[in-house]
Amino acid sequence: MDFSSFSEQLIQQLINGVSLGSIYALIALGYTMVYGIIKLINFAHGDIYMVGAYIGFFATSMLHLPVLPALIISMVVTGLLGMLIERLAYRPLRHAPKVSVLITAIGVSLFLEYTSMFFVSPQPRTFPNVMESVTYHMGPFVVNSQQILILVITTILMVILTYIVQKTKIGKAMRAVSFDTETAQLMGIDANRVISITFGIGSALAAAGGVLVGVYYNSIDPLMGIMPGLKAFIAAVLGGIGIIPGAMAGGVILGVIESLVSGFLSSTFRDAAAFAILILVLLFKPSGLFGKNTREKV
Amino acid sequence: MGTMLKVEDINVYYGAIHAIKGISLEVNEGEIVTLIGANGAGKSTILRTISGLLKPKIGKIEFEGQNIAGIAAQRIVKSGISQVPEGRRIFANMTVMENLDLGAYVRSDKAGIQEDLKMVFARFPRLEERKTQEAGTLSGGEQQMLAMGRALMSRPRLLLLDEPSMGLAPLLIKEIFSIIQDINKTGTTVLLVEQNANMALSIANRAYVLETGRITLAGAAKDLAASEAVRKAYLGG
Repeated sequence: MDFSSFSEQLIQQLINGVSLGSIYALIALGYTMVYGIIKLINFAHGDIYMVGAYIGFFATSMLHLPVLPALIISMVVTGLLGMLIERLAYRPLRHAPKVSVLITAIGVSLFLEYTSMFFVSPQPRTFPNVMESVTYHMGPFVVNSQQILILVITTILMVILTYIVQKTKIGKAMRAVSFDTETAQLMGIDANRVISITFGIGSALAAAGGVLVGVYYNSIDPLMGIMPGLKAFIAAVLGGIGIIPGAMAGGVILGVIESLVSGFLSSTFRDAAAFAILILVLLFKPSGLFGKNTREKV
Repeated sequence: MGTMLKVEDINVYYGAIHAIKGISLEVNEGEIVTLIGANGAGKSTILRTISGLLKPKIGKIEFEGQNIAGIAAQRIVKSGISQVPEGRRIFANMTVMENLDLGAYVRSDKAGIQEDLKMVFARFPRLEERKTQEAGTLSGGEQQMLAMGRALMSRPRLLLLDEPSMGLAPLLIKEIFSIIQDINKTGTTVLLVEQNANMALSIANRAYVLETGRITLAGAAKDLAASEAVRKAYLGG
């Protein structure tokens, strides 16, 4: 392979990687926000993403909605589902040992997977063609309209999320609860309400990822959340679990690495690369790329 | 001077540990009342119970005639009690300004919040100089001032202070205590928990001495400061 075709291939894989990575980032945000606020790795998060994809599927195939309204409906309904799960499964365990909550999360994960199977059948479904797939050639590079949709939607959602977390009252409350729940309560913050909203936002973002994946890959099934859930978890750890910009960056980096590995080596190694990253991060920088060791002043 | 806070025979447990064994105390409007006692006597536990972070198993807590025992912490803040917790517990990863904003979380009167922000900056000019700085970069004394300013931003009628002198140099402790007196003079009632009994008794109207979950002595601060038992146990002879 000569140099110019190598660099073309590289840039093409970067384009693919960024769009795949944006999806990981959307899911990783929910992981990291929930971890940040109640120190729980919510293993059901990948399945929430699956539910989001199905809601998007029904909104487009049965209600014949265009992609944007379907996306919004899916985000709202899945957000409410996330809040309901928190209320029913996690809140009663607020003062229980962490491992009990973790086991519950695995239980919720299996519950969502197999309840979905019962209702929508285990067969993969073909996502309706909600947008015309147009392929754009920019010189030697190829970008399709789905990739552009993914990038635009993800960017908008991340800007909104950053605004909410940094500038609004509820965002400040989220950061306060995440830093020190008890002191946040002394400020008059209703920690339970903030935790509930965090689950809602995280689940809505995962739902957006699910709908976008449906549009991009056209196929969804009840177990589709397992692998992306794990990948998003890796992305969150890579960026530094609990750190919102870390999840965004971690997702994109992971997507790019996976694309490069499948482009230049073989797609067989794609998943291995992701898990190798997890192992390396845990070995050498467990606090993640954006994590810093916090010191306390006395 | 009416009774503002009335704690009646409260019992608080940490799991199986009986931390507070039937304590009663009163704080009158306009007073500075201090709770002194050794480490582990239960001083912080009492403040945490008043603030609603802990629930008493038995007993009553009345604030301005309303029962507040067992009510959620955020509602107690709304009712007019604010706490400066032990160890300051500022939000280190947020700016000074964001910390103060959070102090006013329960309020929505924008003009009043601005007014109180000016008042806090007038009282702690260094906070204004550093308002865009991350709170974790402040010195210990500045962090204590931030924690106090943050508590004042809810415009409390009763301010609970937990060990404001902890870890501070003697000169700074003096400054902090004179600020506490100022805050009290402008109409905020203060309940102060301290290990530094000397300083606490010097600014308080009344005091309670706490030993392993029970009140062993109570009275006017100047009488306690003069009492032989208190001098021996807490004031270094």
